Amino acid sequence: MDVFLQTLVAGILKGGLYALIGIGMTLIMGVMGIINLAHGQLMMLAMYVTFVLSTMGVDPYFALLIAMPLLFLLGVAIQKFLLNPLIKADTILPENQVPMTVGIGMVLTEIVRFIFSSDYKYITTTYSNQTFYFGNISFSSALTIAFVIAITFTVAMFFFLIKTDLGRSIRATAQDKDAATLMGVNTGRITVITFGLGSGLVAAAGCLLAPVYYIFPDLGGPFTAKAFIITILGGLGSTVGAIFGGVTLGLAESMGATYFGMEYEDIIGLTIFVLVLLFLPGGFKRLTKI
Amino acid sequence: MLKVSGIDVFYGDLQVLWDVSFEVREKEILVLVGANGAGKSTTLKTISGLLTPRKGTIEFDGVRLDQLSPDRVIGRGVVHVPEARRLFPEMSVEENLIMGSLSPEAKKKRYETMDWVYELFPRMKERRKQAAGTMSGGEQQMCAIGRGLMALPKIMMFDEPSLGLSPILVQEVFEIAKRINREGVTVMLVEQNVRQTLAMCDRAYVLENGRVVLEGTGKNLMDDPHVKEAYLGI
Ligand SMILES: Nc1ncnc2c1ncn2[C@@H]1O[C@H](COP(=O)(O)OP(=O)(O)OP(=O)(O)O)[C@@H](O)[C@H]1O
Ligand SMILES: [Mg+2]
Repeated sequence: MDVFLQTLVAGILKGGLYALIGIGMTLIMGVMGIINLAHGQLMMLAMYVTFVLSTMGVDPYFALLIAMPLLFLLGVAIQKFLLNPLIKADTILPENQVPMTVGIGMVLTEIVRFIFSSDYKYITTTYSNQTFYFGNISFSSALTIAFVIAITFTVAMFFFLIKTDLGRSIRATAQDKDAATLMGVNTGRITVITFGLGSGLVAAAGCLLAPVYYIFPDLGGPFTAKAFIITILGGLGSTVGAIFGGVTLGLAESMGATYFGMEYEDIIGLTIFVLVLLFLPGGFKRLTKI
Repeated sequence: MLKVSGIDVFYGDLQVLWDVSFEVREKEILVLVGANGAGKSTTLKTISGLLTPRKGTIEFDGVRLDQLSPDRVIGRGVVHVPEARRLFPEMSVEENLIMGSLSPEAKKKRYETMDWVYELFPRMKERRKQAAGTMSGGEQQMCAIGRGLMALPKIMMFDEPSLGLSPILVQEVFEIAKRINREGVTVMLVEQNVRQTLAMCDRAYVLENGRVVLEGTGKNLMDDPHVKEAYLGI
């Protein structure tokens, strides 16, 4: 029983971070109708920012306040100068922005490799390996803090989307771009802000993950894949769905690692992914409706 | 009040409007009729800034609209209720109404205007939490009109508001347009429902293949032999 509870806790904690990764992807998916295949690479970049700052003695949680705005600006620049010009060319389908994001991901990876080499980097903090106990269940301090911050951001994002004119304009653009334009929404600006927000959110996830993970240039790809899985699980474009999707993936990986062995972690995640596609096409959005 | 002078409009290389000119006078109900594909929706999209004319001008109260972006146009009180409603389907009625009031002026009076819209459409008040996409066609049209009113229109342009509605609802929608007009809003109605709209309007234009071919008072056009044959089936 304790093993099960322990696995459950580990999965949920991880799921909070995954939700934060997924929500950025799902926002971009909803508004632009494209999968951002540089999502994990943006997170990787944020982790290196955190790493560099940590060598200067800056705590990763403080680095978050620097990495987020930095990646927000990078996201804005990517959308404005690399993706939006593609929309303007009549001959190019919106789907053709996707290969562009692949290219951006590769460039980011190689630039980082050029500067930092492929070596693994670690950020060691006093709390990296610290745990505390609740009954017989151990909680990693870093993951617990990460979970709380991730959920805070996710909830804040949710209220931003529901309660503010800018948030509503983002959702309106996702639902009917032409109608949004007619209401006076500058949809070009909305795409830029959305890509910035998506990048900023995944940057936050990177900073939170940095103290408990090893950092290397190629970690972007697997995390892009995870973000993709979370987005599909949650139902494309769904915020609440992304939270469910993130927690599901976290739980699946954690259960897989405990009951089948570490090497099966990813396979379990992918299996769930296929099962959801088969039996709940449309993802959790079908159940939550938001 | 609104003056469209000699506009040519293209989709890419395809010309859809040729030298279209007409005028909407303050406080009147103006109707633009025409068959499918005549260019009625294109005309409205050009006025609201979704399209830019390649030639000609559009003036509203003496200000050029044709180079303004849609948010500027709506900010001046030129409001377009689009064909097929185009509500935000996953948003509630209330959120759809809010989306109508983004311009700074409209935003200031948002909740006042909303009360007025609910008074005009009590049905919308009952349904205010419902997702717009799950409502009936008639309710959706009310919501689309309400959303337009939220922008504090000086002129309201309706694109085929009767589309897909039962005869009773069509009647109701036209009554609403008249009521809005009585409240001091200039109304421009684009319709294929020629008989009913010519009967209720002050003046009308007939658009054929992207060109204005006839104009006159509603009554005059109803007696016109060409209109009788082509649109009234007499
Ligand atoms: N986005 C577009 N791209 C290319 N051509 C278009 C586009 N929209 C409309 N057209 C063409 O422009 C012409 C006029 O279309 P428009 O929608 O203005 O007609 P309409 O009078 O509103 O017709 P309806 O009564 O069917 O709504 C049509 O021939 C149509 O095929
Ligand atoms: Mg039309």
